[in-house]
This record gives sequence, C-alpha cells and structure tokens, in this order.
Amino acid sequence: MNFIYEHLLLVILFFPTLAALVMLFLPAGENKLLRWFAFGASLVPFILSVWLWTQFDPNAVGYQFEAQYPWYQALNSSLHLGMDGLSLTMVMLTTLLTPIALLASFSINDRVKGYMMLFLFLETGMLGVFMAVDLLIFFVFWEVGLVPMYFLINQWGSPKGEREVRSIFGKFTMSARNYASLKFMIYTMGGSLGLLLAVQMLGVLFGNYDLQYITANWSNYSKDLMGISVSTVKTVAFWAFVIAFAVKVPLWPFHTWLPDAHTEAPTAGSMILAGVLLKLGAYGFLRLVLPLYPAEAKYFAGALAFLATAAIVFGAFASFGQTDFKRLVAYSSVNHMGFVVLGIAAAASAVGTQDATIALNGAVLQMFNHGLSAAGMFFLVGVIYERTHTRNLDDFGGLFPLVPVYGGILIFTSMASLGLPGLNGFISEFLVVRGSLPLLPVYTAISMLGLLMTGAYILKGIKQVLHGPLNEHWAHGEHKLTEINTREILVMAPLMVLILVIGLWPAWILDVINKAMMMLF
Amino acid sequence: MTTETLIWLIPLPPALAFFLIVLFTNKNKALSHSVGVGAAVLSWLASMVVFFRALGVEHLGEHPFVSSVNWLPTGDTWFKIGVAIDPLGAAVLFFVSITIFMIFLYSVGYHNFGQPKGDHDRAGLPPHGATVTDEQGHKHTVPSVEPMYSRFFAFLGLFAFGMYTLVVSDNLLTMFVGWEIMGLCSYLLIGFWYGKPSARAAAIKAFMTTRIGDVFMLLGIAFLYSATGTLTFREIFTEEMLQHLVSIDPHFLGLTGAGLIGLLLFIGTVGKSAQWPLHVWLPDAMEGPTPVSAMIHAATMVSAGVYAVIRMFPLLSLDHNTMTVVAFIGTFTAIFAATIAVAQNDIKRVLAYSTISQLGFMIAALGIGAYVAAAFHLITHAFFKALLFLGSGSVIHGMEHGVLHTGNHSVDPQDMFNMGGLRKKMPITFWTFLIGGFALSGFPLLTAGFWSKDEILADAWANGHLVVFVTLALAAFMTAFYTMRQITLTFLGEPRTKEAEHAQETPWTMTVPLMVLSVFAIGYGWVGIPENFLNLQLAPSWFHEFVGGTLAEHPEVIPFNPIPLIVSLVVALGGLLLGWLYYRNVNSAKEDFFQIPLLKNKYYFDEAYQVVFIKPVIWLSEVFTYKWLDQGLIDGILHFFGPATGGIGGFIRQYIDLKVINEFIGDGLAAVTQETGRTLRPIQTGRIQQYMMLSLVILAVVGALLYFMLGAGL
Repeated sequence: MNFIYEHLLLVILFFPTLAALVMLFLPAGENKLLRWFAFGASLVPFILSVWLWTQFDPNAVGYQFEAQYPWYQALNSSLHLGMDGLSLTMVMLTTLLTPIALLASFSINDRVKGYMMLFLFLETGMLGVFMAVDLLIFFVFWEVGLVPMYFLINQWGSPKGEREVRSIFGKFTMSARNYASLKFMIYTMGGSLGLLLAVQMLGVLFGNYDLQYITANWSNYSKDLMGISVSTVKTVAFWAFVIAFAVKVPLWPFHTWLPDAHTEAPTAGSMILAGVLLKLGAYGFLRLVLPLYPAEAKYFAGALAFLATAAIVFGAFASFGQTDFKRLVAYSSVNHMGFVVLGIAAAASAVGTQDATIALNGAVLQMFNHGLSAAGMFFLVGVIYERTHTRNLDDFGGLFPLVPVYGGILIFTSMASLGLPGLNGFISEFLVVRGSLPLLPVYTAISMLGLLMTGAYILKGIKQVLHGPLNEHWAHGEHKLTEINTREILVMAPLMVLILVIGLWPAWILDVINKAMMMLF
Repeated sequence: MTTETLIWLIPLPPALAFFLIVLFTNKNKALSHSVGVGAAVLSWLASMVVFFRALGVEHLGEHPFVSSVNWLPTGDTWFKIGVAIDPLGAAVLFFVSITIFMIFLYSVGYHNFGQPKGDHDRAGLPPHGATVTDEQGHKHTVPSVEPMYSRFFAFLGLFAFGMYTLVVSDNLLTMFVGWEIMGLCSYLLIGFWYGKPSARAAAIKAFMTTRIGDVFMLLGIAFLYSATGTLTFREIFTEEMLQHLVSIDPHFLGLTGAGLIGLLLFIGTVGKSAQWPLHVWLPDAMEGPTPVSAMIHAATMVSAGVYAVIRMFPLLSLDHNTMTVVAFIGTFTAIFAATIAVAQNDIKRVLAYSTISQLGFMIAALGIGAYVAAAFHLITHAFFKALLFLGSGSVIHGMEHGVLHTGNHSVDPQDMFNMGGLRKKMPITFWTFLIGGFALSGFPLLTAGFWSKDEILADAWANGHLVVFVTLALAAFMTAFYTMRQITLTFLGEPRTKEAEHAQETPWTMTVPLMVLSVFAIGYGWVGIPENFLNLQLAPSWFHEFVGGTLAEHPEVIPFNPIPLIVSLVVALGGLLLGWLYYRNVNSAKEDFFQIPLLKNKYYFDEAYQVVFIKPVIWLSEVFTYKWLDQGLIDGILHFFGPATGGIGGFIRQYIDLKVINEFIGDGLAAVTQETGRTLRPIQTGRIQQYMMLSLVILAVVGALLYFMLGAGL
C-alpha cells in the first residue's frame, strides 16, 4: 500500500499498459473474458484517481505526488510526473471516461483483444500528457496517444462509406475510415512538428526539459539566440506551440479533421476522442502556452479570441447544416471547445485579474463538462446507429414512442450539451462569458450567436430523431427498434449524474479548479 | 421552521415530483398525478405560510426574508446564491402558487383521468376517444385517457419548479436558471403531442424565439456582474451601486452602463413575454394541451418576463432612453396584438393574442414608471387569464365530447363559429368564463381587471404620457370588443352545429379550478382600489402600500382625475356593448366584417421572418459554412497537400530515384564496373610470364614512387 501511495501517479499511468500486456496472454476467442478483464482493469486507475482526489490538497502550491524516474539521462530528460488541480481534473475525466467507453464497447465483436488492448494503451498515452512535468515526456505521450486512435478508427471504424477527395489536382475516392484516420494522424503529427522543434530548442537552450525550470527561466529570457532577436524566436516558438494545440482542440480553421474522425470512429472511440483527446489541446494551452509565453499570449490574445469565436460561430452553423446525426454532434464539439479557447484567450489578455481567473475557471470546467456531455452524446448516437445502421437524420423520425427511455436520456444529454441552466454546461459557459466579456467584449458578444445556434442544432437533432410522425419502418418486424438496454443505461448513468450534480452544485470541483488557476496564473 | 428555510423548500416538491414520476411512478397514472398534485399542494401551503408571515412583517421592503450560500468560487471571492422574499416576491408568490395548484388539479380532468384507454391512441398524439358498450349493447364513443398522462405531470412539476425558483431567487443568475428551465418545459409541453408536425414546429419556434432574448439577457447578466461584482438584487439596488452603473460608459449608442444592461435584460423579457418583434411564438404555442396554455401564458412563463423587468425596475429606470424603448415596445405590442385578436376564430388563439396585448399593457406601464400598476396588472391578469385559458379548455373539452358523439371529426372543436349557445350546456364554464372575460375587458368596479387597467391609464394620464394613454385606451376598447365577440360567439345565441348541441359540462376537477380562479378574478381587484378613488378618501390601497414598499423610495400616490376613469368606463362598456350588438347577428365567418386577410395572417410576420431570417440561416449553415468554407476552402487546401506531397514523391522517384540513383548511380556504377571489367579482361591471359612481367613493372613503378616521395619527405 505504501509503495502504491509513493508511486501513485506511476501506478495510475502504467496500470492500463500493464493490463494490456497481460491481455496478450489471454485466449483470443474469449470475448466475454477479454471485455470484462479490460473493463475491470480500467476501473483500477479510476479508483486510484478517486483516492488521489481525496488525498489531494487543493491549497498546496505547486505539484503534488511528484515523482521522478530516470529516463533519457543523456538529454537530462526524466520521467517526471506531478499533479496539480488542473491535471487532477483532467486525470479524473480520463480515468472516468475510459471504463465508461470500454463498457460502451461491449457490443464490439470483431478482434476484441486487439481493440481492448489499444484502448488501454490509449489511456496511458492520455494520462501521460496530463501528468508530465517534463517537456520531452509531454511530447512523447502526446504522440503515443495518436497510434492507438489511428488503428481504432482505421480498423474498427464504420465499415461503410466512401469519401470523395477533391482538390485542384482532380478527385479520387477512398474508404471513409481510411480517409478519416489518415487525416487525423497526419494532421495532428503535422501540427506537432513545430512543437517538437520548439521543445528541442528549449532543451538545447536550458540543457534539460524540466517544465518547472524552463517556465521559471524562459519567460524572462532576454539574450539573443543564434543571432536572431529573442522576441522573434519567442513569437515563432509561440505559434509553433499554438498550432500544435490548435489542431487538437480543434480551433477554427484547423478543425476539419474532427468531423471526419469523430464520424468514422467506433462509438467508444468517438467518446474518448471528444471526451479526452480534444482536452489535450486545451490542456497544452493552459500548461505550456500561457506559462511559457505570457507576453506573446497577451499580445496575440485578440487573434486567439478571433479563432475561438470563429470556432464557436462556424462550428454551430456547420452543426446545424448537417444531415448526419454523428457529424452534427461532432461539429458541436468545435462549437463547445471554442468557448474553452475563448476563456483562455481572455485570460491571456489580463493574467492575474479576477476576470481572468473566472474565465479560466470556466474554461477548465468547460473542458470537464464537455467531456461528459460529448461522450454521452456520441454514445447515444452509437446506440441508435447500432440498431438502425444509419445515421442519416432523415431516416429517423417520431421514434420517441418506440424508445421512451432512450428518448428521455437523449433529451437530457442534449440539454446538457445545449447549456441549459441547472445542468453542467451552463455553469462553465456562463463563467467563460462572464470572464471574457469585460476583457474581449466584441468577441464575446459575437460568440452569443454561436450560443443561439447551439439551441438550433440541438433541437434539430431531437426534432429529426424523436419527434414528428413515426417512421413506420422502425415500428415493426425485423427493423423494430429496441429500447436502450441495461448495460447502455449503466454507461449513461454516471455521466448523467455528474451532469446534474455539477449543474446544481459545482463548488466541489470548481473549488479545486479555482485554486489551481489562482496558483498557476 | 424558520421562514428562510421554508422559502428554500418551496421549489423542491415539484422538482422531486418530476424525478419521482420520471424514475418510478410513470407506469401508474393515479400515483403519478397524486405525486404531482401533492407536490403542488405542498408548495402552495408553504407559499401561503411565507406569504402570511411576510404580511406580518413591518417594512418588509427594508427587511426582507433573505438567506444565501456560497455557490461558485471566483478567485478570492465566492459567488453567492440565495432566496429572498420582499413585498413584490410575496405578492407574486401568492398568485403563482394558487394558479399552479389549480392548473395541476385541472389537468387531472383535462387529460380524462378515469376514462378508458383509447382505441387507436398512441403516445405523442392527442387521444382520439374510446368505444365502450353499455348494458343495452349500444356502442358509444367517449373521451379516452391521455396516453402520456404521467409524463404530463412530470413536466408540469419541473415547470412549477422553474417558476418557484425564479420567484424566490435573490439574484439574477438563479432567476435565469428558473427562467430557462421554464423555457425547456414550455418546449417539452408545447411539443407534448410531438407526433403532430405542427406541435413539433411550435415547440421549436417557442424555444428558439425566446432563446434569442435569452442570449441577450445572459450578456446583460454577465455585463452587470462584471460591472458590479454581484448579481444579488439588494446589493445592486443600492444608491452607490446604481450611481456607479450610470457612470460607466460602454460606448454603445450613447447609452449609460445602466441603460445598456437594462436594455439587454429587457430583450430577454421581450422574448419571454412575447413582445413585438419576438411575439411570434406565443400564438403557435397553443398547440400544447390547454393547461399548458394557462401555465405558460398566464400564470408563469410570460409573467416571468414581466416579473423580471419589474424586479429590475430600479436599474431600468436609471436611463431615460431605455425606459422610452420599454414604453414604446409595450404600447405598440398592446395595440398591435389587440388588432390581430379581433380576427382570430380559434378560441385559444384569441386568448393568446389577448395575452400578448395585456403583457404589452404591463410593459408599457413599467416604461412610463408606473411600477405598482404594472405589478398589479401582472397579478390580476394572471388570475383572469388563467381562468380564461382553463375555461376555453373546458369549452374545447365539451365540444370534443360533442364531436365524439356525432363522430364527425371534420368539425374543429376550437373554432368559435362551430359553437354558440354553450351557456345552457356548460353553465359553470359559461359563468366563470363570463367573469374572466369581463375582468379582461375591465368591466367597471366589480372586476379586478378594471382596477388594474384603470391604474395604468391613470398613471399614463397623470404623468403626461398622452400617446401611451390614447393608444392603451384604444387597445382597451378593442380588448373589450374582441372579448365580447368571443363570449357571444361561444356561449350566446343558439348552437350553430350538432356538436355544439351535444357539448357537455366538464368534471369537477376542471370546474372547481374555474370557480376558485373566478373568485380572484373579481376579488383581487379590491386590494388595489386607490385611496382617493372619486376623492372618497378610502383606506389606503393595500396593494400600493405593500408592493410599493419594495422600492427604496415609496412610489407616490397619484391624485384622482376623472378623465382616465371616464375613458376606462367608456372603452370597457362601449367595447362590450358593441361586441355584443354586432356579433349576436353573425352566424358564420363569412359574415364577420373583421376577417381581414392582413389581420388574419398576423401582418405576415411569420412569412417575413421565414424569408429574412430562417432561410438565410439554413443557407449559411448548409451551404456557406459547411459546403463552401469547410469542405470547399479548408479541406480544399488540405487536399492540396495530399496530392502535392504525392506529386513531389512521384517526382523524386521518377527523376531522382529512378533516373539519378537507379540509372545513373546504381545502374551506372554497375555498367562502369562491368565495362571496366570487360576492358581489363584481355589482361587475364592465364600466362604466368605475363603476370610476372606485370608484377615487376608495378613493383618498379611503386618503388620509384616511394623512393621519390619518401626521399622528398626526408
């Protein structure tokens, strides 16, 4: 027990990998065993992170549960892990959503072993980013997460569908999941090239990759570098960081990989993609961009806010323009994550003020909240897709009487996504708006248009699926739509409870976030 | 229990009822409505206790019941939420709790509890009736029970929770929470029969139109919060805070900070209380079941909009420009909606437009600074309009009975021209509807509507707002006229259809609420009789004293003036008389002079909005943003990289790998080697002497070279 406590972060981080390696030796055909094993294994990090939450002291300054293990000594890079209120919230989200996503994956029958193993690897990848206090380790885990996700989309994504690729060189078609996984992988990797270079530059400059050390020294570093003025270098490096994270968030106009990847990924893949992977980008902004480049972030806050507002507004419009249910939900992520970046941009423009703190509180809470509601929405889309094998909104209609429980859950989750007061999304969006308004009044006012359109696309989804005259095709015979089952309700239950609890009583989580933001900035 | 604790508890029972019904009792109709009505009773009781305790507090305005807790951490400080009951809150709580209770009770009868299951009824559609066989073997069609009976009570519960939350809140944020929960419930309830495309469209329209107002309101709340650091009413309405708000310059249209915030908050009300130009949702909302119409359009949601501006009055009144806008919107809406109401034939739609118009009266009153009059009209209107809506539901129910009896489903049970003579068939409904209608028209002295409307007109006159006065007087005249039109067409004369002949009075669960509400539709006016009415020097108006105490400065009592009184009398009685004289002879829509296309089609606002807003938004979403921006421009650029990279790769392979490396370096080297080998092959003769010779020559050459090089080096 003592060992676990001392190496708590390490255990949480690598337990999924360990479990995946054990799975290697389990018989391949035993789907039931493999599922339950993977699900059980993913519960361990969750329970440990709940323990971590109880042991965590929100009032303590700096990282807690710090642990350092030798890794690449020639470069002075070490496996340095630590936890503050920001990472704690994200780790909690990750370890919560992984078992939920695995439970959601019980309907997968194809190569279960490989699927489950990839998911567990993915969890380690994501957790590593949130725990890293070393730039190189951060980067390594950042890239590690891509690989399992690539295969999940490429191998277990929707089998149907072709994608026509048009460009000035002419057009050709390829399978949709191939296209989506390739776009996801290459786009993210392309985005992080600059990040790698910038990280290397910092490593060369300071002789190590320790985040705390670099943060303390880099922002007031003023010598010229390689004959180039330091401000130029910093500006270039700032944008290298920003673009890497902007692709991941995703910020407009770097977002077009998202609707493809989310739509083609298997249900649980979309849940994790929207629930956690997007947060990696926003986390990068908070953990690296703002602390390392406060002056540049302040200078370019308007540009960031512009992109965020564009994401909010165009994301909402594009979502409203969809006929594919999953794509509609996918675009809603662009819209919601825009608020996160808007809050960050506002905070960057006036670090240390109360408005900035409120905006940051909103941004971080929005990350957590979007994790819950987006995962829920994708799952619900998956539930109906599994039964009907279509995602086309025009194929549904009037399904409410057939599936009253599913309908109720869908409306509830949709309302969370819409930001209905009383549910979690409202709190975070309100805080972002409240924090950003005095700092970036014009952008905040324009983003209200996005908030309005959020209502429009959410109601469009409900309208097309549940309401209206019943589409008799789903009412009888072999196509008869069956109600959401117990396992699926169990997937939704924790999400719904949290959505409601945070909506009514957000202080328990917001207090941790608030203190972390006060200390960080 | 302390009053503060009790106030916290008021909104809870309906919320619990919602969860109980949704999670546990939804299969059992009787249990579900017991839970729902029980919750309504509990909240009503608690509200009454709070109300009467509030009456017992002297200077409640200065010492309201308050209690708050920390809710959101915001840096070093906390954002607090809490409850408060001041005189305005207490007065609103009074009418809200009574009407909500009555609406719950009424719903039991309205949704045909106790009736058999319908033959072809399906969730999502209104019940179509059931066939029963009596002892003699005759088949009858009788009303059937609503298939989603339990769900209705769950939604009503959530709705009631939203309204109570709004009323007891001591701050704008939780008020907004209640406000939006009601928005959701109105969406769910208007679209209760979601299987009907018209109901589905109406629900979305209601939600989206009010949401336009809501996002502005949210912006206003955020602005107010960042300007003052608080959203609690009693902290905002202090002298220094208000002065501070006035001194802010937001550089926007020449408004002060207070003016801009007030305007933003007011836009929220424009949406919620269906004021022009966001009025379009309310008439369509009649798609919902009738108790919903009463709930949304009388007792709760639309009142909430007016309540919000009354609440924010100290802030709103700081900027003259904002007040002018408020007064204009209210006055214009009052007359505008009244003209449309005259041309409607659907019994509920008349009431819908009448509601818009009456809300306009309140908004206008507030805009000219008549705080108490606005609050008074809000409450009296809630009583008599709830009564009228429930009464119209009772009429429709009776008519549906007739329709089921004759089996002729082409007869619209809501069209007033299909009715007539219902006073004999449905006496309770008739008398209570008459009371409600007279209250709405402002029938002198007896009815509550007279006292509240008269006060608005008197205020407008006394403060010199002549345009407002004349317009509202005209609107009041039209109100009396269309109300009498409605009463005459529905209840008086002889039945115009077979269905109307077979209409039936509704069960006690529906008529009891009508009777209770009609008591208030008359009696509530008496609490607001002005003290110098006819210069009689009666006791001071209780309502004025009590609610006026909410403000820091008690509003003045206006001196009596006969002119507005005479005008009120003339417009009310004149309108009623004319309406009766004209419509007692009108037997079909064709004979009705007021079926003017422009009015019937509501000035073509729906069509205009369709062209100006909705179509462009759809184009902007589907074509511009998705097709052009995302798939065309952005993906086009991305797709440039794929083939371009492929092209570069191909070039490298074609011209560097294949040509240079393979052919030139790879194959070339081999060829050179081969060629060299071939050239040198003749040396390989196999004769030992030649090899020896060659070795000797090489040895001599190397030796010579070494000698010279080393020698030079030495």
